[in-house]
Amino acid sequence: MGNEATFITKNFGKYDPMSIDSYLSIGGYSALKRAISMDGEDIASKIAEAKVKGRGGAAYDMGRKWSQSRGIKAPHKVVICNADEGETCTFKDREIITHDPFNLIEAITICGYTVNAQDAYIYMREEYRHLRPRILNAIKQAEEKGFLGDRILGTDFSFRIHLYSGAGAYVCGEGTALIRSIEGKAGRPRMKPPFMKVSGLFALPTCVNNVESFAIVPHLLMDDKREYVSYGSGESLGTKLICLGGNVRRPGVYEIPFGTTVRDIIFDLGQGIPGGHSLRLIQFGGASGKVADSRILDTPYTYDDLKKAGVTVGSGSVLVIDDRTSVLDFLRMTQDFFSEESCGQCTPCREGNLHIKLILAKMARSEATQADIREMTKIAKIMSISSLCGLGESAQNALLSAMKVFPETFELGGEN
Amino acid sequence: MATENAPEFVITDELARKIDRVLDEHEHDATQIVGVLLDVQDLIDQQYVPQSVAFYVAQKLPIKVSVIYDCLTFYSALSPTPRAKYPVQVCRSIACKVNGSDSLLDTVKKILGVEPGEVTYDGRFTIEEVSCFGACDVAPAIRINGTVYGHLDTTEKVRAVLEKFMQGGGQYGE
Repeated sequence: MGNEATFITKNFGKYDPMSIDSYLSIGGYSALKRAISMDGEDIASKIAEAKVKGRGGAAYDMGRKWSQSRGIKAPHKVVICNADEGETCTFKDREIITHDPFNLIEAITICGYTVNAQDAYIYMREEYRHLRPRILNAIKQAEEKGFLGDRILGTDFSFRIHLYSGAGAYVCGEGTALIRSIEGKAGRPRMKPPFMKVSGLFALPTCVNNVESFAIVPHLLMDDKREYVSYGSGESLGTKLICLGGNVRRPGVYEIPFGTTVRDIIFDLGQGIPGGHSLRLIQFGGASGKVADSRILDTPYTYDDLKKAGVTVGSGSVLVIDDRTSVLDFLRMTQDFFSEESCGQCTPCREGNLHIKLILAKMARSEATQADIREMTKIAKIMSISSLCGLGESAQNALLSAMKVFPETFELGGEN
Repeated sequence: MATENAPEFVITDELARKIDRVLDEHEHDATQIVGVLLDVQDLIDQQYVPQSVAFYVAQKLPIKVSVIYDCLTFYSALSPTPRAKYPVQVCRSIACKVNGSDSLLDTVKKILGVEPGEVTYDGRFTIEEVSCFGACDVAPAIRINGTVYGHLDTTEKVRAVLEKFMQGGGQYGE
């Protein structure tokens, strides 16, 4: 495949994911050894220079995040690895944990060294429970070899990694809900500030990163040939894991260089839409992502170009929907997801999701009026500005973007 | 609660020992309550956390029983009411839906003879409609006690999966 890269995934299939010796034999832990000879600020700068952005969905500048975390002085700090990928059509972190668990453990350790933390917590969704033994084994073997625990590699850096499980709550991917879940409570989000970097898990300064974001770091530190930055351009350097699913012949996780066109993703990597059907819409970045139609096909997959085209990278998912599903049916499925997953704590999200679901059902029965559509738009906008957390803020991204891309769906007869 | 009229769940010595082991493995750390409850739920034949077990864990960990019930009712992977030995979780999210999860659900219902939320007469199966469990590359998919079965686009494939969990002689739907 001309459009695939192997930078983040370069270890996949190259070693036995249950054996640290196997990992060491392909050069594993060279990055940690290099990292502990470096100043933490230089590690953060290296990530910043490569313009790596958080891969969980928020796309926050990762080098800056590590540098800010590092700047906070406290006797006890923690790192969190968010492995709770709950967005629909998102399964890239599953692939990283399955094929390359030691690289993840090494990356988290490098983060701990960089930000001066003592403990890390991996929060993995219950749906990936079968991968727990893999991570626990990697942690145990790393401890035995002295890559985790007290005085790592003879330095005065001591660091431990703990594995925590979610239990089927999408909202726990949100940072403040996630920390409550690790604290042993129901995962209901809280207001920010205080921000995580100042007061997060157990009220300690906390640096949270996504699995894929971590996975890049060891490879980047060892990238003397500057391969990573040779991919992509502008603000979107390097490569990205995308999760291609829906109505495509070859769904799956692919590593693409930034700048690959959406057409190449769907019709080359994904080998197109099966059964001679045509494209209805594409949703980018999970259930909370925005939608586009075929006009986006020649857009390069980069942060800036997607933004100009009205969508975002988000979780990295590319969900293809063909002409057998109407825009309205798509929106109702997405709405069902949010109606189920809203935690019910704040009014805009709880009531907003309920009422939009009812209005969409009315549209499906051809009973909706223009007044209903106006009401629905108003509720969606109120939700996006006044919900407590990111779930409520982004729940209507699909609806609001569909209103722009497919105005005909919302043009009804009937009274005003 | 659906258990209101049910006889109280009795904790045998063997189960108590197993629960104690789970608590030891989690170092009696109250922050690990979600993981503890998932492991304990696995020990119970009907894949849930009965009231007597919730109180037992609360006393032994220790933790307030209200925190346990907050978790049991908040997290969809935990249940305070009986499920089944094999809860058949059918993904109802979008990547599975556009790949035929409606017809997959109908097939499961037909084979087992129950509706979602109902339990087969022998307590072996129940059907649960769940959100995306990250198996979109093998859609449409179901998940039974942690294992994903994908590409279930024909009745034969669905039947082959479910038959693995049926005991000889079990008569379900159809």
